[in-house]
Order: sequence, then C-alpha cells, then structure tokens
Amino acid sequence: MRKLFQQLILSGFCLAIGAGAAFAENIVIKGSTTVLPVAQAALEAYMKANPGANISLSGGGSGEGIKALIDGSTDIANSSREIKSAEVELAKSKGVEPKEIAVAIDAIVPIVNPKNRVKDLTVDQISQIYQGKITNWKEVGGDDLQIVVISRDSSSGTFEAWAEMVLNKAKVTPKAQLQASNGAIVQAISKNRYAIGYIGFGYINKTVKPLTVNGVAASAKTALSKEFPVSRHLYMYTNGEPKGETAKFIKFVLSSEGQKLVAKEGFVPLAADKKGKK
Amino acid sequence: MNTVKNRKNILTKRMKEIAIRNLFGLFAFLSVMLLGLILVFLFREGLPLFKQISVTDFLFGTAWYPTYAPPEYGIWPLIVGSLAVTFFACLIAVPLGLLSAVYIAEIAPARIKEILKSVIELLAGLPSVVLGFFGMVIVGPWLQETFDLPTGLNIVNAAVMLAIMAVPTISSISEDALYAVPREFKEASYALGATRYETIIRVIIPAALSGISTAVILGMARAIGETMVVLMVAGGAAAIPESIFDAVRPMTASIAAEMGEAPFRSGHYHALFATGIVLFVITLAFNLIADYISNRFRETGSGTL
Amino acid sequence: MNGKTFELSMRSRYFKQRLFFGAVRLSALVITLALLGILAYILANGFRAITWEFLTQPPTDSMTKGGIMPAIVGTLYLTVGAILVALPLGVASAIFLTEYAKQGALSRIIRIGVNCLAGVPSVVFGLFGLGFFVVFLKFGSSILAGALTLGILILPTIIGAAEEAIKAVPQTFREASLALGVSKWNTIFRIVLPSALPGILTGAILGVGRAAGETAPIMFTAAAFFTAALPKSIFDEVMALPYHIYVLATAGTHIEETRPLQYGTVLVLIALVLGIDLIAIVMRSMFRRNKRW
Repeated sequence: MRKLFQQLILSGFCLAIGAGAAFAENIVIKGSTTVLPVAQAALEAYMKANPGANISLSGGGSGEGIKALIDGSTDIANSSREIKSAEVELAKSKGVEPKEIAVAIDAIVPIVNPKNRVKDLTVDQISQIYQGKITNWKEVGGDDLQIVVISRDSSSGTFEAWAEMVLNKAKVTPKAQLQASNGAIVQAISKNRYAIGYIGFGYINKTVKPLTVNGVAASAKTALSKEFPVSRHLYMYTNGEPKGETAKFIKFVLSSEGQKLVAKEGFVPLAADKKGKK
Repeated sequence: MNTVKNRKNILTKRMKEIAIRNLFGLFAFLSVMLLGLILVFLFREGLPLFKQISVTDFLFGTAWYPTYAPPEYGIWPLIVGSLAVTFFACLIAVPLGLLSAVYIAEIAPARIKEILKSVIELLAGLPSVVLGFFGMVIVGPWLQETFDLPTGLNIVNAAVMLAIMAVPTISSISEDALYAVPREFKEASYALGATRYETIIRVIIPAALSGISTAVILGMARAIGETMVVLMVAGGAAAIPESIFDAVRPMTASIAAEMGEAPFRSGHYHALFATGIVLFVITLAFNLIADYISNRFRETGSGTL
Repeated sequence: MNGKTFELSMRSRYFKQRLFFGAVRLSALVITLALLGILAYILANGFRAITWEFLTQPPTDSMTKGGIMPAIVGTLYLTVGAILVALPLGVASAIFLTEYAKQGALSRIIRIGVNCLAGVPSVVFGLFGLGFFVVFLKFGSSILAGALTLGILILPTIIGAAEEAIKAVPQTFREASLALGVSKWNTIFRIVLPSALPGILTGAILGVGRAAGETAPIMFTAAAFFTAALPKSIFDEVMALPYHIYVLATAGTHIEETRPLQYGTVLVLIALVLGIDLIAIVMRSMFRRNKRW
C-alpha cells in the first residue's frame, strides 16, 4: 500500500519534471500594483488570443519588479516610477540592461473620505501633512479632527513618485500608516473619515473623494498636459530589447487594443499623448 | 555448516548494520544542519550591514527609512512594536490558556474535556492568514467604530488575534504540566482538608510552575514570531507607539513587507536579514530558556516516601 | 475555632472556589466562542461564493469573477512537495533518535536542534528560502523552492510525531523479533515501522495541514498573484490559497468587489485545513482505542 502510494507520487513528479522540458515559453511579470490592473486585463485578453502562452503575474510594488529584473527572476518589471540611477548601475553590474517602455500615463490623486469637507489642497499643504507638520484637518479648512496619514510601503513606485513630486524627497512622518497597494488605500480611506491617502487615477471609485490639487482636478486631459501637478508615466522594463513571447505581449499592450484596456482600467492611453503633442 | 562462510556473513551483516546506522545518523544530523544552515545564511547576508552602521545604531536607532538616500536603518521602533503586541497578546492569552488548561486537567467532565481539547487543537490549526483576514475585515472596522479611532489596525487588534494563536500553545503545554503533578500531592492536600480550589491554587499550580513557565515562554515566542497576522492588522507605522490604539510595525511584518523589493545584496537587503537575525536570536533565546527550565526543574520521583 | 467560625470560613472558601471555577469555565467558553465565532462568520459570508464554478475555474475579469482553481492546485502541489521532502527526512531522523542513539551527546544536540527549528518564525524560513533556494541555488521562484522551504518548516512536526509513534511500539515486539534472529534493520523496517505507521501518518497529515496554511514561506519563493495557466513544471510559479487571500485582501486591484470571493477562498482554506486536522484527530483517537497490545 505504501509502495503503491510512493510510486504514484514519483510518477506524478516525473511527469511534472519531464513536461517541464517541453513547456511553452514562459513570461514572468512582477512589480507595480498601479500597473497591475492594466497588466492583468492585458494578460487575460492576450491569453484568449494566444492560449499556449504561460504567463504569471505578481504585484508587490515597483521596487520589487525592478529588483526582480535585476536578479533575473522576472521578464517584465511593471513600474509606476522611473528606474533609479543606482538601480541602473546595479543592473549593469549584473549584466542586465534595463530597457524602459512607457505603456500608459497616470495621475496620482490625493483622496479623502467622502465625509470630509475639504475639497482642495495645495502641493505645499499636502507635503506638510505627509511630513507630519500639519496634524489637524481644521488647519486646512476642514473639521476639527486628527489627520491620519496613509501612505505606501517603500517598494511602491507610487510612493516614490509621490515623494518626489509632492514631498520633494522629504521624509514621511513615521506615524503614517502603510498600506500594501492602491487598492488597500482605497479600502482604508473609504472606512476612515480622518484619513488622507494617494492613489493612481485608475483606482478612484465612488467610495472615496478625490481632491483637487492647486485647484486642478485630475483627469485624462490635465494629466497629459501636466496641468495636474502629480502626473507620471507608467512603465514596463525588460532586460534589453524584448524578445520572443515577451515582445509579443508588450506589442499587444502598446497596440490600440491594449491601449483601450488601459483606458478601461481608468488610466490615460499613450496614443492620446501622441495626438496631444501634435 | 561452513564456519568461514558464517563468519563472512556475520561480518557483512554487521557492516550493513553500521552503514544503515550511519545513514540514518546522517539524516538526523541533516535536520540539525538545516538549522545551522539557516543561521549561517542569516549571518552571511545580515552581517555586511554592520560595515555601514554600528550594532547599537541599528538596534536602538529610531528611524527606519531604508529606501531614502542616505538610508536609515534603526529598528528600535520595530522591536518595540514586536514587544508591544507580544506583551498585550500574552496579557490575554496567559490567563485564558492557563485557566482552560486547569479546566481540562482538573475540573472538566470527560466528554467536555474531549470536546474542549479538540476545539483548542482546531484553533491551533487555523492558518495565520485567516486570522489576519478576520482581524483586518471584521475586528478592525468594529474597533474603529466602537471607539471612534483613527484606525482599527493597531496594537489591540494585533494583540487579540495573536492571543488566539498563542492560547493553544500555552494551554496544551500547561495541561501536560498539570497532568504531570503526582497524585500524592493532590491526595495529601485533600487529606488536610483543602478545597479543590485551594488545592489547585496552592499545590498543583506551584508544582507545575516550571511547565507552566515553559508554556508561557513558548506562547510568547509564538506570538513574537508570527508574521501574517501582524502584517495585516498591526497598521504598519514604524513609530514608537504612544497608546494601545496606535499602529505599529513589528519586525516580522516589516521583513515580510519589504523582502520582495530589496535588491539582492543591497544595503536594504542586508538590513532585512539583520532584522531576521535579531528576530531569530530572540525566538531562539525564548526556546532555549524554555528548554532549560523544563529540563532543570522537572519533577523527578513521586511525592511518596 | 468554634463551629460558627468554621462554617463562615468554609463558606468564604467555597465562595472563592465558585468564583474560580466560574472564571475557569468562562475562559473555556471564551475560547470555544472565539473558534465558533470565526468559523460562523466566515461560513456565513463565504458559503454564497462556493459554487462548482468557484472550485474549478480560474479567476477572470481582474479576479472579480470566476474561481480559485489554480490556487487550489498550487496549494496541492506545494504541500505534496513539502511532504515528499519532510517525510523521508523526518522519519529517518526519528528512527535514528529512537532506535540507534537514545542517549548521549549526539542525540541531545539533534533534539535541541529540532526544537529550535520548530521555533523559527515562518518569515525567517521565507528569508532563508529566498536567499538559498531561489537565489543561491538558482531555482527561481518556483514550486521547487516553495516546497523545499515548506518542507523544512514542517520537518520538526514530522519528527515529533514519528518519534512518538515509534516509541509507542512495545519493546516486546522488538525483543521477539531480535530473539528470532532478525537483524536490527529488518526489525525496524518490517516490525516497528509498520506498527508505527498510523501514528506517523497522523503526523504527516498534521504537517500537510500546516504547510497548506502557511503564507510567509511561499510569499517570495513560489507564489504569484495570477498565473494564466496551470504550472507545467516544478520551476513554475503557482497561485496558492493562503497567498491568494492575502493579495486579494491587501494588494488586489478591486478589493471591495472581490470581498465575497475572499470569504469564499478563506472558507475553502479553512475547510481544507480543519478538515485535514479533524481527520488526523479522529485517526489518532481511533488508533489509540484500537491498540490492544
């Protein structure tokens, strides 16, 4: 009985290993949670058109994606920020040439709970709130309530972009609560009337209230024209020029069908950018 | 019978036996070697941090900003976070665990005993991510509404969920300790006219104290080493808490949250492994102390003459 | 003391006893309610999500619809892999500890080592798995790395259960076998092990339950947010039930909309783990009752 059991297991695993020798091409995608919905929608559409492909997708933050690219454990790194020069150096020292491919445009929007009276903040006010210097909503025109600062983990590209564009690299107060993703911030803010957070434009929904920054509301137009002060590109990084299945997938994301998915997920397609520039 | 052939047979049989013994010994030693390997790895990847920063700055520094330039690697807030949630978790879990152990060992009727033991064992089997989910989705909002807090993800939440994880450990080990108390102790106490309560409080528990201490220490080790629960409910703020309704960032949660993004052999990577070393050392210390207590103070012999 | 004082003091003593027993019963009640409460909540919120489709289809539409089949399969592969690693190693270690080296420095070192291994936090296993299996040995994030990491995690459980089971085999069995001229190894292999098998199996089942529920060790060694197809080799990443719960609840793209699915996944995981544990508990009491030797 025990022998039979053992044999079954052994053959099962041999199958697994043997099949591995003949598997279809694998794409591993890791990184930004902002880019995640775009990547996932594109993935599902791509799989329908190419059933043989074997793609695995993970989130974790832009930092994770880029690190995985450097370590060679991913083919595509989703990132909502530009790769840092230190990372480029580290990559080159390991023989990896990061190639940057913009796939969409995004705005990072500060959000509050719908019960919050505040509608607009200046970049400076937001910066001070996040540094912990402004601690009560009444200081910026709201009710007399403590401000709960919600931010992202350091692995987040959204965080890095926010830190650069709004905080000018100043330190976020250590009392800030850290959430793991855009989605988690939406969840936290929707339940907490004291809180402020920031998310990618595509994550805005009815449960949270987006603020205007310097009087400008975030939209596809203002993100493109950079009138909205906190706008950025979303990227996919590969090691050198993309090849094979990876190239096909990225081509799909950049195609008009892929860009339609970008718009569907709430972000700004690149093609609109080209039109705008003309 | 040919005696030469016999002797050869016996010799090969002996050699086979010795070979098998050594093979198994190797396997067993492998288990220990794994522990050593983990240690070696932790130290190998964590020690390089201390070329950049001194041990005291690391342990007692109060700023954890590993991704800024220049990065700051002070884990004191993380250590305080771990200690805080563990302390409050034990505040809840030790009474619950100990009292339920007393119930099982001394007071409960046989059928309830079986049921309760199964309940505790099932509780022990609950995956930590499930408890984290429960804490995040149900306990958190409830705390936030009931106490009008800025957040429901804080020390209290983590302490309650950790207590649920620690109770089975404390309860089952205490139960074994209470069982091990010789019957003569109880009988002598009753013979002197003590009530059951007095016997339990003044005779049995003190006699089982070493086992109970072991249970508590192992429960604490379990709580401080728990990852998913605190990752999901403790809040994530790397600051020294001022109230039990503040969010904290225990060491385990910090490692799990940042593990994926630290590039191989970067400063941040080394800092995470160094935090792992601290964590490992703390839990190791707990386990060794518990081991020592249980071996040293084991009740040998019975209470009779 | 006279009769009246005695009566009064007895009354206060029994009053204290009633208080204490009340507290004791209360704590037992609290614990039971905690378990039942959690199970009830999850069941109530999750059973609506459990359909045949949920269990056999992959997720679609950014995980807001569809099922969790790849996660179930992934958990299956990971736990089977973990047991394949831990069972031979664990039983062999237990055999050594109980049959070949009962006392002495070596066995004490091994025992201390195993005890300490049992106390290592799961995230440290994850760190080790990442640094050693994924990067150093270049297995990459894969079923192989995840199974190896989980295997080391449950090794102490297996060793403990196997040791107990082997020790429970009566010495008379061994003596009879040796008296008949059977070699030591054959005694172990043909007499002791088969008798200890139920206990070892129980331990293995408990180990499987533990491995199925762990998240931190697989977070960076094997688990992916979404795999478009089932794994085709042991070097692929997989989805896994505990990791799926974690990402859907914290890092997913549509956290609120997928909430019912999260409950459903939690329900499936709990049903799996508690089911496994219950089987082990029942097996253990069955074998304890049937052992008549």
